[in-house]
Amino acid sequence: MKIGLFIPCYIDQFYPQVGVATLELLEKLGCQVHYPDKQTCCGQPLANSGAESAATHIYRHFVQLFHTYDYIVAPSGSCTYHVRKHFDCIEQTGEVQHVRKHTLDLSEFLLDVLKIDALDSRFPYKVGLHQSCHGLRGLRLGPDSERVSQERSKLGALLGMVEGLELVDLKRPDECCGFGGTFAVNESVLSVKMGKDRIADHENSGVEVLTAGDMSCLMHLEGIIRRQGTGLHVKHIAEILNGVQL
Amino acid sequence: MMEHAQKASRFIENESRTDWHDASLWFIRTKRDRVAHNIPEWEQLRELASQIKDNVLANLDAYLEQFEAQALKNGVKVHWAADAEAHNRIVHDILAGHGVRRLVKSKSMLTEECHLNEYLSRQGIEVVDTDLGERIIQLREEPPSHIVMPAIHLKKEEIGELFYEKLHTEKGATDPAYLTEAARRHLREKFVGADAAITGVNFAVAETGGVVVCTNEGNADMGVHLAPLQIHCMGIEKIIPRAADLGVFTRLLARSATGQPVTIYTSHYHRPGPGREMHIVIVDNGRSAQLGRPDFRNSLKCIRCGACMNTCPVYRRSGGHSYGYTIPGPIGSILTPGIDLKKYGDLPFASSLCGSCSDVCPVRIDIHQQLYRWRQVVVKEGGLPLVKRLVLNGAAWMLSRPAVYGFFGKLMRKAMRRLPRRFLYNRFNEWGKGRELPEPPRQSFNEWHKQNRSRS
Repeated sequence: MKIGLFIPCYIDQFYPQVGVATLELLEKLGCQVHYPDKQTCCGQPLANSGAESAATHIYRHFVQLFHTYDYIVAPSGSCTYHVRKHFDCIEQTGEVQHVRKHTLDLSEFLLDVLKIDALDSRFPYKVGLHQSCHGLRGLRLGPDSERVSQERSKLGALLGMVEGLELVDLKRPDECCGFGGTFAVNESVLSVKMGKDRIADHENSGVEVLTAGDMSCLMHLEGIIRRQGTGLHVKHIAEILNGVQL
Repeated sequence: MMEHAQKASRFIENESRTDWHDASLWFIRTKRDRVAHNIPEWEQLRELASQIKDNVLANLDAYLEQFEAQALKNGVKVHWAADAEAHNRIVHDILAGHGVRRLVKSKSMLTEECHLNEYLSRQGIEVVDTDLGERIIQLREEPPSHIVMPAIHLKKEEIGELFYEKLHTEKGATDPAYLTEAARRHLREKFVGADAAITGVNFAVAETGGVVVCTNEGNADMGVHLAPLQIHCMGIEKIIPRAADLGVFTRLLARSATGQPVTIYTSHYHRPGPGREMHIVIVDNGRSAQLGRPDFRNSLKCIRCGACMNTCPVYRRSGGHSYGYTIPGPIGSILTPGIDLKKYGDLPFASSLCGSCSDVCPVRIDIHQQLYRWRQVVVKEGGLPLVKRLVLNGAAWMLSRPAVYGFFGKLMRKAMRRLPRRFLYNRFNEWGKGRELPEPPRQSFNEWHKQNRSRS
């Protein structure tokens, strides 16, 4: 099985440890992982700003780099969703269709392809899971509070495999954090208010470490937490699954 | 551009009030969740409703003609209005023909959309909104901030103050029961003295020619039964094919709107009473243009439950008035660009695209996908300011060139580490206004990988 690792641009630039954790975790699970080093971005920042047509060069570049892999794995529900959902605006060649079908979020790859049911990691903390919207409502990585469904939460299942980890119940289990890509700067006051409210829910519920499947939400939340100067820790789920310690 | 962002900022300036507004609407959202989750077949109901509306939108012309023929057969007078102006003129002609001076109205977002009240007032006709929330905002001379709960932005103290001033209640009264009783007495007088009643329409049944109005206060019935003349104003999209389809929608509507199993009153109007007149005004006002836009047509499935507003994290923290249109929130943001792209072009951007609206929508409108698609239209039509266009094009150029991307990434991280704080957190740095920037690492993942995993 040929696995291509896709590390989204903001993880590449700002959170390399999340890329490393993803790579190490996959390697520990016996995967041969390739990282095409000419990769840049999925194009979402442009497309969500309305410049989908300008993003098509980026889409083609992405497909050209990744179409030879059986699976393309990314530690991001949002970028994965963008590839799967929005690469529909370029010509649907066999290569494009292959890439759209086989780009998976890390949690999907671990549970649906590798079908793991145990992990060798320990994280003895109270953890709050932020359900990033594109993973939750786009990729359906779990049940959301709006729909009536019996799905299981993929991120919840993975965190359940970590020894000592206590997953904390939140008052609002799946409200948006307010990142929203360029929304974060176009509507910065509103975006920060949404983030503050999310953080307060985690803090009031006794969370010690806030995690998510998307580093973009966490970049926003972490930025607010650092500005506020409170002690809440922030870790991407790949780091926790890979056995990071505080 | 970004008028919504400015209004939202002003709204949030009063943070405790923002929290109160957010909590009030979230309370309704959770009530909705509880009743929805009590119905095991909830998702099938949504799908069914969505498909019925698909059928309606695909055959709208035929259903409208069927509806008109049935209504005429029932002795109803049917009028067609191409736009708001025609609608107002038609309504006024009917009223003038009967010498109407005083009119009671039950809640109708369509007449709000057409600004009927202002039009009739200018012609010397007294219009009284009889839905409590609508009456409150009418007395305050402001637009509704929500389509189901028009005065949800107001606190009971403010309503007490308003009623003291307008209805002469006791000063400082805030007891909801007392204030409601005062409104009730005030409205009873208006009902009794009215020469005509206008209602909106929730559903118009093509098969029977009847219209259905859902209220909690019974004010539509009160108006219609007391006045000798009744007028029902409806958008062309209110059609459902058969009476048998109605149950699908009434089960969804009240649960989605307020978390009630059903509205207190579901009133069916088929024909005028003896010696009375019943009119139906069918309004287009931009709807057929929306029907002609394949990407956006299914916004016309909307049954005006307001669930997308209650669930929207943006709406709850910016208030209905921040949208600048009768129908605010996510659904308003996909309806308005089709009305005036220049004026409302910022609304599709007033969203984090979290998708909660689409999942809560009882007729499964893909609201957040339409927001995304409207953004593409706005940019294509040149709706972005030059600076943003340049930034986006620059980013597109960089992100399709790996070497350039790597170079600029490294440069940016270096600059972020070395530049003084006051330089980085300048007034153009919107991110930095409420947040810290990420701490830039010395090595990108790409650089780390080159050093540590040279084999691939």
